[in-house]
Amino acid sequence: MTLSIADPLFLSRLEASGVGLLLLLAAFGALVANRPYGGRVVYGACMLVCSALAAVGLFTLLQPSSTAAPIRLAVGLPLGQTLLGLDPLSAAFSVIVNITSALVSAGAIGYGAHARDPARVVPFYPAFIGGMNLVLLAQDAFSFLVGWEFMSLASWALVVSDDRSEGNRRAGLVYIIMAAGGALALLFAFGLLAGTDGGYGFAEMRQPAAFGSAAVVLVLALIGAGSKAGLVPLHAWLPLAHPAAPSHVSALMSGVMTKVAVYGFMRIVFDLAGPPSWWWSIPVLVVAGVTALLGVLHALMEHDLKRLLAYHTVENIGIIFIGLGLALAFEASGMGAAAALALVAAVFHVFNHSLFKSLLFLGSGAILNATGERDMEHLGGLIHRMPFTAVTFLVGCVAISALPPFNGFVSEWLTFQAILLSPQLPQWIPRLLVPAIGATLACSAALAAACFVKAFGSTFLGRPRSEPAIAARETDRWSRGAMLAFATLCLLAGVLPGWIIDVLGGVSDLLVHARLDSQGGQPWLRIAPISADRGAYNGLLVFVMIAVTAAATAYIARRVASHALRRSPAWDCGFPDPSPATQYTAGSFAQPIRRVFGSVVFRAREHVDVPNPGDTRPASLRVDLHDTVWEALYEPVIHVVDTLADRLTKLQFLTIRKYLMLVFVTLILLLIIIGVSR
Amino acid sequence: MIRDWLTQLLQLILVLFLAPLLTGFTRKVKARLLRRRGPSPLQPYRDLLKLIRKESVVAENASWLFRSAPYVIFATTWVAAALVPTFASGLTFSAAADLIVIVALLGTARFFLALAGLDIGTSFGGIGSSREMMFASLAEPAMLMVVFTLSLFAGSTQLSFISAYMLGPHMGLSISLALALVALVIVSLAENARIPIDNPATHLELTMVHEAMILEYSGRHLAVIEAAASLKLLLYISLIACLFAPWGTAVAGGGAIAYGVGLVLYIVKLAAGGFLLVFFETALAKMRVFRVPEFLGVALMLGLLGAILLFVSRVPS
Repeated sequence: MTLSIADPLFLSRLEASGVGLLLLLAAFGALVANRPYGGRVVYGACMLVCSALAAVGLFTLLQPSSTAAPIRLAVGLPLGQTLLGLDPLSAAFSVIVNITSALVSAGAIGYGAHARDPARVVPFYPAFIGGMNLVLLAQDAFSFLVGWEFMSLASWALVVSDDRSEGNRRAGLVYIIMAAGGALALLFAFGLLAGTDGGYGFAEMRQPAAFGSAAVVLVLALIGAGSKAGLVPLHAWLPLAHPAAPSHVSALMSGVMTKVAVYGFMRIVFDLAGPPSWWWSIPVLVVAGVTALLGVLHALMEHDLKRLLAYHTVENIGIIFIGLGLALAFEASGMGAAAALALVAAVFHVFNHSLFKSLLFLGSGAILNATGERDMEHLGGLIHRMPFTAVTFLVGCVAISALPPFNGFVSEWLTFQAILLSPQLPQWIPRLLVPAIGATLACSAALAAACFVKAFGSTFLGRPRSEPAIAARETDRWSRGAMLAFATLCLLAGVLPGWIIDVLGGVSDLLVHARLDSQGGQPWLRIAPISADRGAYNGLLVFVMIAVTAAATAYIARRVASHALRRSPAWDCGFPDPSPATQYTAGSFAQPIRRVFGSVVFRAREHVDVPNPGDTRPASLRVDLHDTVWEALYEPVIHVVDTLADRLTKLQFLTIRKYLMLVFVTLILLLIIIGVSR
Repeated sequence: MIRDWLTQLLQLILVLFLAPLLTGFTRKVKARLLRRRGPSPLQPYRDLLKLIRKESVVAENASWLFRSAPYVIFATTWVAAALVPTFASGLTFSAAADLIVIVALLGTARFFLALAGLDIGTSFGGIGSSREMMFASLAEPAMLMVVFTLSLFAGSTQLSFISAYMLGPHMGLSISLALALVALVIVSLAENARIPIDNPATHLELTMVHEAMILEYSGRHLAVIEAAASLKLLLYISLIACLFAPWGTAVAGGGAIAYGVGLVLYIVKLAAGGFLLVFFETALAKMRVFRVPEFLGVALMLGLLGAILLFVSRVPS
């Protein structure tokens, strides 16, 4: 394989070489992981390779026409070829995945040094990133699935890298089962798309499929990609596995791997499965709405910081799929501009979520390193001891709560604008469904704000609730640099969204055959996706106005008002209690919301035990929460599998006679089946 | 162009200086309705001046967030208030932000207020923050549903367009509009910590929400937060006036007389809004905290119903 700029496949070749380099790094990592600085060298190399891959992806995306033929490699299935290439969709996701991976790797240079057993982390880390890049680069089903499995297995190895705790082992088991099931669903989906000719290249699969099989493909894609992304009810593994990995890997799993799953869904449903029918949007929208609401409610009930973040990923996946569902509905009805708007909103949110979720996971890693605690009930007051982490974490919290002027708001605003276009849909069911989905989205946005007030408030504010929280120290330079870069990107994407919308034009062109008007021509860098009369937003101006008025107020207050400032004990209505235990905890913060929503969703019950006067035993309050999805869906399956397995163990201890008998019966049965089917 | 900028600037200053007067006016009216004499309507200005001149007492373990949050809250509320057309539409900044942005800006203010309540680590601050976020988790979606309903009428989320549409000939009476108005009024009560959701006058520990969050503030910080609270009340009354009673608002390019009429009418509308608010407040009792979600749930359902009715009744052309 030669590289030359004149070659039209040059960019694809560069990306493919990048994936190769990452896989080589994995092998190299296995050799040097236990050497001093071995891990740092690998993470540093990952950072460089990912930056280069992101740059190549961006360059491809900016090319006016980037639908070159894929590279053909003579490896793969017998008599088959491996096709690799970048089109606008894979290029956009390549940029998202690699920007985040590069920054997380930069943070890992500092953070990864704390790993207890680097040999169980360092080799798998580049393989994980390489697998994700291979999925994006694949232009045939075989290499797609190879990349997918690389991604699943490498991340599974990282999840169980610390297998001392029972919880992590269980997380690994649930994860590997769900990943295998998801991959199986994708395999069937590709099989149906390939049809009877067995053409596994994406170009051959784009032929329109029969009605029935397209519907099955949609369901299989929802199961296969949805289980990896964390759609309810297939999310069960996510809050177990994401927090179990080391924090920089959690950042990648939550911030990036779920996005690769979204890519898989978009590739299959929008690109390969042919023109959508109008009803395709219904299951997608319903599942997405339930996912968004249930994800954030679970996050609110959670006291473990990393699990809270993982559950919150579920919510954001729901928001992304709301955008995708709307895009399907619009495209099926021939509303090109609206479909482009919904699709751009979804991909924009993919980008945003990868930024702030990685930022928050790196922050939680810094806290975990500094205190050894993930439980928010044992933290508090860290804003004094980890000021830098506190500022960047706060940016992440504001951004993820979809508040202006940060980036999370822009993508939700775009989604709302798309929802407001849906009365023009010709069918009744989506027109009834979409406002309900809009209300769900609004509700989950408001609950997300509550969730992150709780997360930031009980972790960084108040008084420290434990010894380790008092002794916490600021995190290392590399992690701080990575978090600062993420926070800056969150702000930049929030105040300059027009440019990102324009860059994503190629994606909507490819998938829904329409693109939004160029935002570059809008005055004052504002965005007006459909027209300025319908709705416009200028993040930059809003940011500048807030900054100027806040600064002016502070300045005037300083000039006019009294400068005097006295520190004194807290007032607290005259009865301050010195014990930090009297503060509001994460649990008490979420109690009102648990009372409002939890009694239905979680069947939450409070048991209060107040001893009689004179009785000296302590009073107690116990809260029972049920994971209704797990109990209704997974436990029966587990029960059936367990029972069957118990029954089948008998087969292990048969006499030779009985075994021979079994073989004979099987043979007869097979012969009968063949005879009948002839 | 210059005039648009001047209008915008005038509006920025006008809302800032009218807001305490509105608060003072409501307090005066309420006192009169309760057969008390009540302080002068100018009392809030005096209170603000007094607070600004006093020293700030800050708890020992307060962080930078506690000290900077008032300015963020004030700035976001002020920007949001300046984006609502008051006496003249066609504001320069109105193209920069639509109704969804205004709702979200208030969300930013609330986010920082709730964080400030948690910063000292007292139980009162926590109870206020926690309840405020619970109310918001229903009030904000209800508000967005109102926004949906209105923007489906006008085909735009820009306030100037909605306001112009409401004045226009296409607008008749509509069930959706009535539902939206009721939902918006309920949300406004919740957002401004008024009876029956919260009591702005009480410092009885277990019943306060907004006051509990700002319990630790004093001096200039408290002054800034109080000013922000007044601005928010003004914003909601202006919003209701601009959406449901847009008569007399000067349009962009109108003459000086139009602007003068708009200004006078705006002040009349504010006074009427303030009076109605207090009138109903005196007739109601405060709710228990856990009745509030049901009350706000009604607002959410009304808003959703209004939006769904529109979604269904609009036959695509």
